Amino acid sequence: MSSLSLARLPDPAPPEGPSRAPRRFDDEPLAVRLQGVRRTFGARAVINGVDLEVRRGEFVSLLGRSGTGKTTLLRILAGLDQADGGEARVPQARSVVFQEPRLVPAKRVWRNVTLGHRRGRETRRIAEAALEEVGLGGHADAWPRTLSGGEAQRVALARALAKEPSLLLLDEPFAALDALTRIRMHDLVEQLCRRHRPAVVLVTHDVDEAILLSDRVLVLADGGIRFDAQVELARPRGQTEPGFAALRARLLAELGVAGPADPHHA
Amino acid sequence: MTYAPSPAPANGPLALVDLPTRPKVRSAADAFVRGRRFASRALAPVLILVVWQLSSATGWVDPLVLPSPTDILAAYGELTADGELYDALQASLARSLTGLALGGFTGLLLGLFAGLWRVGEELFDAPLQMLRTVPFIAMIPLFIIWFGIGENAKIALIYAATIFPVYLNTYAGVRGVDSKLIEAGRVFDLGPTRIALRVILPTALPSILVGFRYSAGVALLALVAAEQINARSGIGYILINANVNQRTDVIVAGIILYAVLGIVIDIVMRVIERIALPWRGKLVLA
Ligand SMILES: Nc1ncnc2c1ncn2[C@@H]1O[C@H](COP(=O)(O)OP(=O)(O)O)[C@@H](O)[C@H]1O
Ligand SMILES: [Mg+2]
Repeated sequence: MSSLSLARLPDPAPPEGPSRAPRRFDDEPLAVRLQGVRRTFGARAVINGVDLEVRRGEFVSLLGRSGTGKTTLLRILAGLDQADGGEARVPQARSVVFQEPRLVPAKRVWRNVTLGHRRGRETRRIAEAALEEVGLGGHADAWPRTLSGGEAQRVALARALAKEPSLLLLDEPFAALDALTRIRMHDLVEQLCRRHRPAVVLVTHDVDEAILLSDRVLVLADGGIRFDAQVELARPRGQTEPGFAALRARLLAELGVAGPADPHHA
Repeated sequence: MTYAPSPAPANGPLALVDLPTRPKVRSAADAFVRGRRFASRALAPVLILVVWQLSSATGWVDPLVLPSPTDILAAYGELTADGELYDALQASLARSLTGLALGGFTGLLLGLFAGLWRVGEELFDAPLQMLRTVPFIAMIPLFIIWFGIGENAKIALIYAATIFPVYLNTYAGVRGVDSKLIEAGRVFDLGPTRIALRVILPTALPSILVGFRYSAGVALLALVAAEQINARSGIGYILINANVNQRTDVIVAGIILYAVLGIVIDIVMRVIERIALPWRGKLVLA
């Protein structure tokens, strides 16, 4: 497995055509392998037999109504929670961006970015490179308290990147941001994931966000993955494309919100 | 009372208020305002001093009951002339700082232990919470039996009194750290030790320092109580001598010394807080 190196950062992203075909990941190594994963709280099986494979470089969105267990599944992937049954295999280098930035208020931004790093002469440089990538090059010495919501979340993203993760887990990281900031964060995350090629699992309840960013969308319902589809749309994607609208309607139906009669939630 | 709907808004202009703009920094007018503020703050103390002085000068108040401000100043002159004041300050400061350092350190260790480890909490928390409710002054007779009436008893009393504020605030501060932050630390590969050092301690530091500031105040109280026992040096010694010699002016001078000591300790603690916590904004309302 090739490692993702921050040393390569100054290189510009490889030139891309205006419209890139959907990517295939069949030849990539597995980054996530879940088999029959279960998690129960009391008598309730919130996650009840989830199978999932995610490959390197693949961007997967996990949709689901509130309380369906998206966060629970993500926490299992992160190693913050243990499954009650089944098998879960993930790479050692994992990063999480939570809904809240979760920065240590008593540490300067650059110390937060390199929170888990050994301290040495390189630490500061790693932090600055990661901050540069999220567009916060000048904020290395700021205190978290002085950042706006979007800036703090970008620091959290820089912290996740600085670990050079093979698996990047995002739990509704844009939910608390305003609409304009959210659009910019989408672009940033898309660009960074293309450059560093981690496997990504994004938990979201925003259907448009899922379609815009993902190679694959999943819908979690009743404790299992009830829908799993490739997003066969060329990038960059626009919400006005017919394919976009069709997938959107389908996903909304899966989520039981609107559209044609739903076989799962009838 | 019946609810009366407000009349329909008239079609005239709305009543607008002017919002103040931020004043420019350090103008001459600003200096004037500062001066005026200082003057208005100083007014009441100055008035009290004047009335006090006048009532003594006119023989209204017996100097044995309350000596005049100038008498007290003279007492200070007397105390400094033979070096007694300096020796007393040194002795009292040494006592309270020794007790505070030992008590604070003990409280810090116990607080960290109880905050970070469940065993620590199970072992110490209940007994310490119970001991905390005992007024330390009530312990003086016991301390005299245990440690005699020398220097040890005094430091032991200050030590015992200063453990609790640091313990309680350290424990609360450590326990108060958001579990989400600790979880973030775990995600980024911090082991228990580095989570404690990089996440919990820095975040709990404000609370720990508040504990030390409280303890510093308590140390002064304990010092006063301890020096009543039988002091051969320190401010308490000056007070006891003055009491025997019926020197009210020296007694008041000694009491004011305790007050000044309290103010100095508080200022020092605040400066330490400001230096140690640069990441906290100024939490001042006006
Ligand atoms: N630690 C816990 N203890 C008990 N129940 C929990 C716990 N964590 C999550 N749950 C329950 O599991 C369900 C799924 O939660 P969650 O994964 O947070 O949902 P989502 O992120 O999809 O909104 C919810 O009903 C929630 O109440
Ligand atoms: Mg959630």
